[in-house]
Amino acid sequence: MTELTEKAIRDAFPDAIIETATDMDGVLNIKIDPGAIVPVCETLRSLGFDYLADLFATDRQDRIEVVYRLTALERNEKLVLRIYLDRDKPEVDSVTSVWKGANFLEREAYDLLGVVFKGHPDLRRILLPEDWEGHPLRKDYVIPD
Amino acid sequence: MSSRIRTELIEINMGPQHPSTHGVLRLVLTLDGEVVVDCKPDLGYLHRGIEKLAEMRTYVQFIPVTDRLDYLSSMLQNAAYVGALEKLGQIEVPDRAEWIRMIVMELQRIASHLIFYGSMGLDLGATTPFLYGMREREDIIDLFEMLCGARLTYNYFRPGGVSRDLPGGFYSKAKAYIAKQRERLKEYDDLLTNNQIFIGRMRGVGVISAEEAVNWSLSGPSLRASGVAYDVRKADPYSFYEKVNWQVITRNEGDSYARYLCRMDEIRQSLSIIEQALDMIPEGELKCKTPQRLKLPEGEVYHHIESSRGDLGVYIASDGSDKPYRLRWRAPSFVNLGALGRIVKGWKVADVVAILGSIDVVLGEVDR
Repeated sequence: MTELTEKAIRDAFPDAIIETATDMDGVLNIKIDPGAIVPVCETLRSLGFDYLADLFATDRQDRIEVVYRLTALERNEKLVLRIYLDRDKPEVDSVTSVWKGANFLEREAYDLLGVVFKGHPDLRRILLPEDWEGHPLRKDYVIPD
Repeated sequence: MSSRIRTELIEINMGPQHPSTHGVLRLVLTLDGEVVVDCKPDLGYLHRGIEKLAEMRTYVQFIPVTDRLDYLSSMLQNAAYVGALEKLGQIEVPDRAEWIRMIVMELQRIASHLIFYGSMGLDLGATTPFLYGMREREDIIDLFEMLCGARLTYNYFRPGGVSRDLPGGFYSKAKAYIAKQRERLKEYDDLLTNNQIFIGRMRGVGVISAEEAVNWSLSGPSLRASGVAYDVRKADPYSFYEKVNWQVITRNEGDSYARYLCRMDEIRQSLSIIEQALDMIPEGELKCKTPQRLKLPEGEVYHHIESSRGDLGVYIASDGSDKPYRLRWRAPSFVNLGALGRIVKGWKVADVVAILGSIDVVLGEVDR
């Protein structure tokens, strides 16, 4: 199944795929060009990846990494999408148009790491107060007294 | 001359101090008369920055912190976190420890569902179910107290095993509890499940279709009540769930009553799992040897389990030290709450209480 998915994505987006790998669970990990996130997700959804299991970001100091964990529930196949964003201007299109469940998850990544999801219907802080300064899960965040 | 009465939308706060919000949750409701036009959950009142705290603690020091996420399912929080450590560190767990883990995880699921049963009744104005649910939950808490001394925050799992063996008398007490609980479930049904007032408030209320439930990333009983048979215990088996007989409970209605019934039937499945496990548990070690200061290899891991509320995922990025570089907690309640706004739209204010109750969120893990 995984090979079919990889081939379908490679055929549809020959230029958007930067790297593919298989992780310790045998799940296909695809690193893609952030600019192609929405069309890639739309295609994946039409390939059966109907469930966005998780979406989160990590500050890797030279970049912000956003991970999308997808599942095709019907055939129990998993897939991980990964994008690298510029740490000084982490912006990417929102996938809320593909999976509604992305709404809260993107707001959380915005709140804690400052990733801006363009086209999100309601991009506000979610866990921290609205007047909070900074994004605590950034590695250079200074914890206030 | 127009006889139309001018009406306007009104915005009201439900919570953060409100008996039915199950903790400190504020819902900003926009109402047209009694009908909900929009609902925006406002979270974070309990935010403790637990993912950030994790970066400042060693792997083992963080185990007791996990107890404080979904504090009604502490054993399951332990399990998800320790499972992630073991996966990345390739730590083996002795069979006896793994069986004990499965027993406590299922006991914990029942304890959590019993609170759900009680609070669901309470939300809709019935006080007795809460007393019933708490009464049987007490037996489980007693078993956990025998096991590890704590009644709520257990800190029981360890990388490579569990902290203590089953004490003398645990087996017979657990067996007695299972028999008692089965009898009491009939009482529960008489009191609440078949109660016409309760059914009237729950059936057909807050319906979400399978397709939408999936699109909104719902998980746990709230997803399975819409007819989607997704349970991490089957989809991505861990522990010994493949060695016992049990079924994934689903219903097709997708309403509040179906979400309630799913949980009640899951209690029965969990009882059966525990019963089988108690008889299959072998003698043996409780914990494999791990270094006092556990370091994990550089890399990343994602481990998820089926908690009482749904798909509980833990992501750890390791830089090779004794602390996580990044820890991510995918809390099922948080994601499920994201769909609340969609589900309550078009229903009356009073139904919001029923629908929120039926999704069964715990704010400790929503806010983290």
